[in-house]
Amino acid sequence: MIEILEAVGLGFAAGVLSGMFGVGGGILFVPTLSLVLGLTQLHAQATSLVAIIPVVAIGAWRQARHGNVSVRAAVVLGLSSAGGVAGGAALATTLPEDVLRTLFAVLLLAVAARLLLDARRDPARVDGDRVEL
Amino acid sequence: MPATRPTAAVVGIGLVAGLFSALFGVGGGLIVVPLLMLVLGFSPRLAAGTSLAAIGITSLFGALTFGVLGNVEWLPAAKVGLPAMAGTLVGIQLQQRLSARRLSVVFAAFLVVIAVRLLLE
Repeated sequence: MIEILEAVGLGFAAGVLSGMFGVGGGILFVPTLSLVLGLTQLHAQATSLVAIIPVVAIGAWRQARHGNVSVRAAVVLGLSSAGGVAGGAALATTLPEDVLRTLFAVLLLAVAARLLLDARRDPARVDGDRVEL
Repeated sequence: MPATRPTAAVVGIGLVAGLFSALFGVGGGLIVVPLLMLVLGFSPRLAAGTSLAAIGITSLFGALTFGVLGNVEWLPAAKVGLPAMAGTLVGIQLQQRLSARRLSVVFAAFLVVIAVRLLLE
């Protein structure tokens, strides 16, 4: 029961961050699914991709209404990503669990570093453009 | 996107984003937004909006691929995804009123804590 409440709370937080920063929320979905709900790293990552879809659909719909979506670029980019997805999925399903988890932890540290650098270097950008949705 | 923008560059960004997305289980917006700005000269706003639409498609490919491979757990997906849908609507409202700069520092600290927990696992 506590796990479910924690997962719902973190899921909600991922959504709030998604709305504020214009990201999908995967960066919080993956650790919530693995550390709180006990999924393996691979299953957490795979499941995160499913949870992202409705969240970005809402975000993209809001952005499109404000004229902030280049539809042609989004469609070309999205469709061409299929090739990369095939490669990434082959890699993710081949790598050992602990390597996958370590890579993800490094990604989290990199994102944290970038957030801190952005906030220091260019406050206007973080306060303005980065939060547009 | 104006017709003069090189489609090849967009395809290249898509391939990299797909690899990143499927390897880490994230949408790929973390690298799509800066690449659209750096390579194609998109404004931050257009890059963020276009990225959201694109990663919807990317995540769909990823979800289908891992779903076929049997790695997706549907009930946990609903447990985090459904509250996140409500959360994103709240986040869109909050963005007008809160300092994203202050929040980004809290968010960064939170990510470091999670990273340490994952590394100790």
